[in-house]
Amino acid sequence: MKRAKFLGAGALVMMMAGGAYAKTDIKVGMQLEPPHLDPTSAAAGAIDSVLYSNVFEGLTRFGADGSINPGLAQSWEISEDGLTYRFKLAEGVTFHDGTTMDAEDVKFSLDRARAEDSANAQKALYAGITAVDVVDPMTVQLTLAEPNGSMLFNLAWGDAVIVAPESIENIKQAPVGTGAFKFTNWVQGDSIMLEKNAAYWGTPAALDKVTFKFISDPTAAFAAVMAEDVDVFTGYPAPENIPQFEADARFQVIVGNTEGETILSTNNKMPPFDNVKVREALAHAIDRQAIIDGAMFGLGTPIGTHFAPHNPDYVDLTANSAYDPELAKKLLAEAGFADGFKTTLKLPPPSYARRGGEIIAAQLRAVGIETEISNLEWAQWLEQVFKGKDFGLTIVSHTEPMDIGIYARPDYYFQYDDAAFQDMNTMLEGEADPAKRSELLGKMQRKISEDFVNGYLFQLTVPTIAKAGVVGLWENAPTQATDLTAVHWK
Amino acid sequence: MPVLRFVLKRLASLVLSLAVASVVIFLFVEVVPGDPAAYMLGMNAQEDTLNALREELGLNGSLMQRYLSWVAGMLQGDFGTSYTYRTPVSEMIGERMWISLPLAIYALTLSTAIAFPAGIWAASKRGSVADVSVMGLTQLGVAIPNFWFAMLMVLVFAINLRWFSAGGFAGWDAGFLPAMKSLTLPAVALALPQASILARVMRSSLLDTLGEDYIRTARAKGLSRRQALWRHALRNALIPVLTIIGLQFSFLMAGAIIIENVFFLPGLGRMVFQSISARDLIVVESVVMLLVFAVILVNFLVDIAYAMVDPRLRVRA
Repeated sequence: MKRAKFLGAGALVMMMAGGAYAKTDIKVGMQLEPPHLDPTSAAAGAIDSVLYSNVFEGLTRFGADGSINPGLAQSWEISEDGLTYRFKLAEGVTFHDGTTMDAEDVKFSLDRARAEDSANAQKALYAGITAVDVVDPMTVQLTLAEPNGSMLFNLAWGDAVIVAPESIENIKQAPVGTGAFKFTNWVQGDSIMLEKNAAYWGTPAALDKVTFKFISDPTAAFAAVMAEDVDVFTGYPAPENIPQFEADARFQVIVGNTEGETILSTNNKMPPFDNVKVREALAHAIDRQAIIDGAMFGLGTPIGTHFAPHNPDYVDLTANSAYDPELAKKLLAEAGFADGFKTTLKLPPPSYARRGGEIIAAQLRAVGIETEISNLEWAQWLEQVFKGKDFGLTIVSHTEPMDIGIYARPDYYFQYDDAAFQDMNTMLEGEADPAKRSELLGKMQRKISEDFVNGYLFQLTVPTIAKAGVVGLWENAPTQATDLTAVHWK
Repeated sequence: MPVLRFVLKRLASLVLSLAVASVVIFLFVEVVPGDPAAYMLGMNAQEDTLNALREELGLNGSLMQRYLSWVAGMLQGDFGTSYTYRTPVSEMIGERMWISLPLAIYALTLSTAIAFPAGIWAASKRGSVADVSVMGLTQLGVAIPNFWFAMLMVLVFAINLRWFSAGGFAGWDAGFLPAMKSLTLPAVALALPQASILARVMRSSLLDTLGEDYIRTARAKGLSRRQALWRHALRNALIPVLTIIGLQFSFLMAGAIIIENVFFLPGLGRMVFQSISARDLIVVESVVMLLVFAVILVNFLVDIAYAMVDPRLRVRA
């Protein structure tokens, strides 16, 4: 009897002790599985969602608020003319395979990204680099063809992370980085496992083990969260369930902004959209709030231009294209389309496009524009709309951060060709002074808003559902990432 | 050697079917619009990057060249390398097979275990309350879509009762029981409509044989209705039932696509589904080819087995 009592007391003590120590593992659900694990050779955001900042690091890195912070480069000097960048690397950094990370690795990684036969999806961002030189093992120098005010920002992208030369052959299956977590296992189609990197050079992670679980079906995602199969679900795909999670004390709902400007993209070269009056009419025919409420269940911030509202340089231009169907009809009549016209509306798979498309079609019909809706898969969308430019209207979220520069590319799929805007963009790229950059960015936002290049709808939000005890998740998504380095349990 | 000639003839038709199937599959998949390289590199990719990737994936050859290298590879057991995952397709199939195949077997076992007793019971008590209720329930089972039933089970057993997880696969490394547990809800969802069909076939086939002359003879010899059913009718009634089971097996292998999505199981069906939207053409082609091969092979074996059992079929063939 005594012995049994003793055992009982021991178990009690152990249980209490277990309560005092917080959990150190976490299961994170997300919709899309990475196709492979090399962030430097594919556009798939899912790769960065798993690996960015957790496993791989770049010279600079995105902070939770979108700011650019030192990463593997602890400090840098930029020359007067803005053509040379000298980076001082952090001391004592090792790759997960135990080798030391030094200037040679940085040179290798950046040369690989900008090489002739590079498969880097953002190669254009690094095209302006003419040379990467090793000054000493801890110092790297970048030489640019012309000043580029966005270089530090570009280097923070997942596409510019530092990789180990000897790991390249197997990087797609077994990534070797410098981050606070090490890759351990990938059950394809199901999950990816990471564990804490005990030899991390910076602040060590609080979690010991991370499992990313891939659940593409929205109904299955709901079930997985409710059954507590996952602790966190990032990019939760069924906004209609959010009130239910908000009312449940087991969960917290975090609704953050992304860099995704969701727009009614308009083919500026295709008649009648080559007429600015028609595009203006289009802009006034759209009721943004109705789309946000109807398609996104109220989640989303209206935008009036192609810029993220949480960015300090954002200018609110929504009034410029306020909902006014009467004005839209008048403008259409002035443009010679008093009886309206017919066009195509091609929709990619995300629900913002499919649901939003139905609502926009109804709003356009009210002013006399008939749309023929076709639902496309991503691969078809890329082929027909993005590459083939065979569309009148489409709805898509441009998720790349700070991508207003696409309006300076006349061959970009919406085909906006304006010399004044292109000049402003060239000036911006060469400008490093923050105040002047801010002014230029404001001008550029106004220009595309006044030219009604596209219908500007709303900034895409990313809802994250997490267990109530999870602390330290990013609220906004300045880049596609699930930075778990600071996450821990209460 | 009539049997050998029959087998050779069947074998020739098997090879021919496979050749035709490979051409049809290849053409269907290749004419689908969408460039795999563009899908992978996204909206900011430049033309030269796209070309470099296409070259790397072997997408720049002519249609004929690509077809021949695909077939030549398959004959040597090489199914090619997945465009997106960059791993050999045969490895991927091998891995996924360890979920899809046990799931199909599990579901088939369940459906047989439910259908046989139900069908026999209903047939032996024709017209009774038992018969009517089995018929009613199976009617419902055939009518209910399995994905809806799957969601309902998740709601009850995973969210409310918390007996099962809502999906995912524990992995065989976790042990036999946890792995089978994670396959249980999907297997039940798959088995229910199959069991309903099978029970109905079982019942009607049994009723047909019960009306045959030899049953009347058996009854005249003094066997009870029950004895006649178990000794004579059941064995004969099994032939159409076994045919249906054979057909259901290939259906279960291919038809698990939706169920695997509902339960986020990393099986073959989900792999095909993902590969189609990612334009991972080589994976789609190879998996579909494999399924076609499995179905043709099963049919071939069934033909041979019939011929062994029933000499009349050899002559007709």
